[in-house]
Amino acid sequence: MHGDHAPATSAGPAGPAEPSASGQSSFDRVIAGDGRIEPRDEMPDDYRKSLIRQISQHAHSEIIGMQPEGNWITRAPSLHRKAILMAKVQDEAGHGLYLYSAAETLGASREDMMQALLAGKARYSSIFNYPTPTWADIGAIGWLVDGAAICNQVPLCRASYGPYARAMIRICKEESFHQRQGFEILLTLSRGTPAQHELAQEAVNRWYAPSLMMFGPPDADSPNSAKSMAWKIKRFSNDELRQRFVDMLVPQAQALGLTLPDPDLRWNAERGHYDFGELDWSEFKAVLAGQGQCNVQRVEHRRRAHTEGAWVREAAMAHAAKKAARQQQSARGAA
Amino acid sequence: MADMAEYLLWLGDDALVSAQRLGEWITNAPELEEDVALGNIGLDQLGQARALLSYAGELLGRNEDELAYFRDDVDFRCTHLVSLPRGDFADAVVRLLLVGAYSEQLYAALTTSADERLAGIAAKAIKEVRYHVEHAAGWAVRLGDGTDESHRRMQDALNRAWPYLDELFDPHPLTDHLDGIAVDPATLKEPALQRITAVLDEATLTVPATQRVAGGGRDGRPSEHLGPMLAVMQVLARAHPGASW
Repeated sequence: MHGDHAPATSAGPAGPAEPSASGQSSFDRVIAGDGRIEPRDEMPDDYRKSLIRQISQHAHSEIIGMQPEGNWITRAPSLHRKAILMAKVQDEAGHGLYLYSAAETLGASREDMMQALLAGKARYSSIFNYPTPTWADIGAIGWLVDGAAICNQVPLCRASYGPYARAMIRICKEESFHQRQGFEILLTLSRGTPAQHELAQEAVNRWYAPSLMMFGPPDADSPNSAKSMAWKIKRFSNDELRQRFVDMLVPQAQALGLTLPDPDLRWNAERGHYDFGELDWSEFKAVLAGQGQCNVQRVEHRRRAHTEGAWVREAAMAHAAKKAARQQQSARGAA
Repeated sequence: MADMAEYLLWLGDDALVSAQRLGEWITNAPELEEDVALGNIGLDQLGQARALLSYAGELLGRNEDELAYFRDDVDFRCTHLVSLPRGDFADAVVRLLLVGAYSEQLYAALTTSADERLAGIAAKAIKEVRYHVEHAAGWAVRLGDGTDESHRRMQDALNRAWPYLDELFDPHPLTDHLDGIAVDPATLKEPALQRITAVLDEATLTVPATQRVAGGGRDGRPSEHLGPMLAVMQVLARAHPGASW
């Protein structure tokens, strides 16, 4: 059973694919033809599970990612910056909502995904376990973290699963806007007072390596990558995307008047890319394992908001039920 | 001109302080949809505050940030209701309803202000405020007529906020000095209360019989909550005086 995607993307050269008993052959044809899989199409169980994992982790990252920036809403140093930051954090909640919806098309429920996050069973991007001690971190998150997210996510706009790809198109537009805003915060700080310049440099020093780790472990050490690429969810390897990101950052850092904290960073004319130093993967693994500065705090914050809001959600359900019952009663009365 | 600036501070400070409290909700709301909604409303109010404070600033030779970040609590002109601590979601809904119903009347009246710039700000704000009141009314009914617990919490929140409501409608010599430009707050009371009580009725909530408290926010007698709020809001700006951001 096919969804509503354009025939050109789902049909092989022989015309519309017939759903076979296993579904496998029509799925393979769509993937091979660079088409889109839609919610009602048959798909291998592994593909479905793998996507639910990836999309829900992505949604959780948006939601947990509201916290390090939300930390500065009340203290933003100008009303203009406060307004931009409030709008940005609101966008992130919106991204989380799109992504939960995309995951729901695969049969996952938002409630279950949320419970997994609250129980500490679901992952989210390890980057959000780093703290935001200064205002300059808001700039560094925009420039580096959103920048890395964009490098990762632009290829996902062509991911083989339709609802995910379409969510990414919307999200990427807003993310590039956020990245420019982050760059602009750092530029203003870098050109500001010596104290402001120092804040900007320190923030870049703290966020540079963690943002490079957002692309995931080196290709040799990335078990899920091969499958993900064969299914055309992922289009480029972790290391390819990381290289692309570094090549993009270097001239931007020069424009900012800030340095990147890597003594091994230099242009390699032979490769046509920047060489860069080895990343400290033991730190990455520790943060993933729950030992970052903010791991406990981030999940606890979400859990508290959820628990404190339980009575509100219950009331909304109770009211909806009462209203429906009343409507039914008045309809019966009228009949 | 001093009177006009003072009046703009009344309105701008109410909006700014309300926005600051709503900003505290982001990441703390009961549902993601409410993180978005409360953030949205806070952002609208912040926009109103910026328009009003920029205008006041032009009259006073200061910019919006100087007014927001480099005045002490006694220089603010907001009412006490907007600076009350964040509280629970029922407090947020009640405050949004009460302040919203007042603002709805206020901005509607100000759209015909003899001051064209203020009328223009009001014309933009009224559209936003109507949406805010709708949102608050929807929640007031859902919570008031929800579960026993939500009803109790709403009634408690209403009882807590009610003594601060009258300050919004206190007559003040300042508006007499701005005849045709400003609105006498007392004239807003009846229509605003009508709107509020209609919502409370539908929500099965009771209008509290409590006495009002003194107020004084318009005259440099701020609530005890404003100082700590400003300490947070202004800390970074004040650590770097003269810096651009």
